[in-house]
Amino acid sequence: MSASLEATVREVCAAHGRDRTRLMDLVRGLQERLGYVGGDTAAALARELGIHRVEVESLVSFYAFFANRPQGRIVIRLCHDYMDRMLGADEVAAAFESELGIRFGQTTADGLITLQYVPCIGMCDQAPAALVNEVVVTELSTDAARRIVRELRKHGDPTRLVTRLGDGNNAHPLVRAMVNNNIRRRGPVIFSPLARGEAIRKALAITPAEVIRAVKTARLRGRGGAGFPTGMKWEFARAAPGEPKYVVCNADEGEPGTFKDRVILTELPDRVFAGMTIAGYAIGATEGILYLRGEYAYLRRYLEDVLARRRADGLLGPQVCGRSDFSFDIRIQMGAGAYVCGEETALLSSCEGLRGDPKNRPPFPAQKGLFGRPTVVNNVETLACVTKILEEGPATFCELGSPGSPGTKVLSISGDCRSPGVFEVPFGIKLSEVLALAGGEDALAVQVGGASGQMVGREEFGRTICYDDLATGGSIMVFGPDRNVLEIAESFLDFFIEESCGYCTPCRVGNVLLKERLHRINAGQGEPADLDYLQELAQTVKTMSRCGLGQTSANPVLTTLKNFRATYNALVRERTNGLVPAFDLAAAVGPAEALIGRKSEHAHA
Amino acid sequence: MSATFEFTIDGREIPARPGQTILEAAQQAGVYIPRLCWCKGLVPHGSCRVCTVLVNGRPQAACVQPAAAGLVVENNTEKVTALRRNIIEMLFVEGNHFCMFCEKSGNCELQALAYRFGITAPKYPYLFPQRAVDASHPDVLIDHNRCILCGRCVRASRDVDGKHVFDFVGRGPHKRIAVNSAGRLADTDLQVTDKAVEVCPVGAILKKRVGYAVPVGQRLYDQAPIGSDIEAAPAGGR
Repeated sequence: MSASLEATVREVCAAHGRDRTRLMDLVRGLQERLGYVGGDTAAALARELGIHRVEVESLVSFYAFFANRPQGRIVIRLCHDYMDRMLGADEVAAAFESELGIRFGQTTADGLITLQYVPCIGMCDQAPAALVNEVVVTELSTDAARRIVRELRKHGDPTRLVTRLGDGNNAHPLVRAMVNNNIRRRGPVIFSPLARGEAIRKALAITPAEVIRAVKTARLRGRGGAGFPTGMKWEFARAAPGEPKYVVCNADEGEPGTFKDRVILTELPDRVFAGMTIAGYAIGATEGILYLRGEYAYLRRYLEDVLARRRADGLLGPQVCGRSDFSFDIRIQMGAGAYVCGEETALLSSCEGLRGDPKNRPPFPAQKGLFGRPTVVNNVETLACVTKILEEGPATFCELGSPGSPGTKVLSISGDCRSPGVFEVPFGIKLSEVLALAGGEDALAVQVGGASGQMVGREEFGRTICYDDLATGGSIMVFGPDRNVLEIAESFLDFFIEESCGYCTPCRVGNVLLKERLHRINAGQGEPADLDYLQELAQTVKTMSRCGLGQTSANPVLTTLKNFRATYNALVRERTNGLVPAFDLAAAVGPAEALIGRKSEHAHA
Repeated sequence: MSATFEFTIDGREIPARPGQTILEAAQQAGVYIPRLCWCKGLVPHGSCRVCTVLVNGRPQAACVQPAAAGLVVENNTEKVTALRRNIIEMLFVEGNHFCMFCEKSGNCELQALAYRFGITAPKYPYLFPQRAVDASHPDVLIDHNRCILCGRCVRASRDVDGKHVFDFVGRGPHKRIAVNSAGRLADTDLQVTDKAVEVCPVGAILKKRVGYAVPVGQRLYDQAPIGSDIEAAPAGGR
């Protein structure tokens, strides 16, 4: 074992804490220094922490942004989402490959650049997009891809690829990103002017129980997708025994087609951090964690600065607003490329320095969450709503939206529409109205709620966006008349296959099997019986899976089977010659024909 | 013994104590809930999902779901059985399972479950993955072709043997069992007497040189279907 490796490990441990629970940060730190965390590094780190190397390897191999083999000094991660491919990501990929002379998954011989595909990086409204290390490049073309490669070869500095700055705080000196917010519609809750500090002061003027009552009176429900009543969650956590308690903000926005949390964090981080602080006061927590997806690492320095200023202003720290009985601080935990960590218990596993495997429930996080302590996990937008509710009172909040779903919803709209971007709309708005806002009136289909949501056709555009009808964490993907909905559904299955943690059988295996059969149908080799097969298999995955990922991963199949049955029916055909359509006799006997030097009479009959 | 309460499985009253899972209470009452990743003496994992029951209509893994008074549990119903059969078939096609020449045949819980569920051939296509065999250790071999990722070896080594010889690496369809060394089982501190070697439900972790000490035909599940011991237990009150 080289002495320098040991020294590097000790330095990184000194910087991040010699603490097994901070394994995410330690691995990240080591990868920044060494380029990757291979077996020797894992072994050295394990020795330093007093754990086993296979535990380190287990974590490293789980997260897409951690490498256990050497990779280029610069990693270009091209978003390969369907939304990006609709806008030319495949052509951009080909340009990267030809300019670099390597394929995706490979590294240039000089060790400079690695090409990788990644799922949705939250830039669907400015696709195709890629991460060059932590730098986001958007609206890529084949020319842009070639230029990026040439420049990186010249100066090797991804930050110099940013030649124009995006709108709003994307131009902030600590962000300096070419990302655009594309806020198309500002509503009265999230994107309204912020009176910094006001909500916290109002919260601290009443008791924690009264804060919870305000949130309950506002009937606030989780904005991340599941829609659990926020006040009830807080009440459980407040009542649960165990110290310390934690507030975790879920900023692992990974649902394909969702990017609204990125915009909220860019423009109104104070509103989110205030919401976390109020939650801390309400449940009796002293520590908050913002779990920020690895794709948004470019926002980290800026968010750290916002936190530092809040500490300086007494809005965070040992005595919040001078209150000697309330101490609360927030740290940022970086994710590393794992959609499943958006599932709250998987997110907690990740915060504990483990693989992002979901946990068994019960116990629920509000009872036993982070490190077995009562923990509230809320979405970015939910916490921003909390701040507004405390600022203006629950009554004002309840005046907005529909009776069953008060307030507003921030939508991320992308795809075949004239104005992709972020829209804050009142709950209860019709899907057709949403499409009109974004200029997507001629849509053939809309995927509501991301890959795990539902694909709806024109006859359902009159339905409303709310918890009781079309629920969504914010993703609205618009598909025009020329799109192939079953091909889209298949691409969503590809996504779930790669993003499944693999813990439980139905999700790990079932999604692969769903993809196999849907692919067969899309290739024109399906038969009518395959539709029943798909239905039953999809239902098994949905019913038997352990967490929300697997319980929703079959939705692309289930909702297209329901809403686009005619499209399936047009593709499948009854077997005619006694052979299943998927069986290609000519191809099967091909190798034998080549060996014996003559054609089969049956295969070419 | 703490206070007991009752719930029902398929209409039958099951007594239970606070802290028991549905699976434990059922087992004590002589009701067999099929399972694979669960293993007596190990922390339940809830990963294979074979033990899924409907609890007041909602699917839950019986091995991790606490028993509670008044629960209405469906176990041996047509609907639940069909779902479980699908899970078992998935495990068969995910790996490379060739019972006819597997040393574990007759003692294999996956095979025994397939017999109990009347599975002769899976309806799903075989995935035929490329997987490795590690025969480096003098006394133990790992055949990853037969691994069903139940994690029994991980838990047994970590919690019983105190060694952490095994853990999961990769995710999704790339997930597999890895060992605590640069790659070879021989370079770990695993011993043939470890609990981790005993607990494998399939033929993935095998002791060398004892594979045919008991002839095929005279093995555990050749005698009686899996679960019969639980159903025949006196506690079952039959």
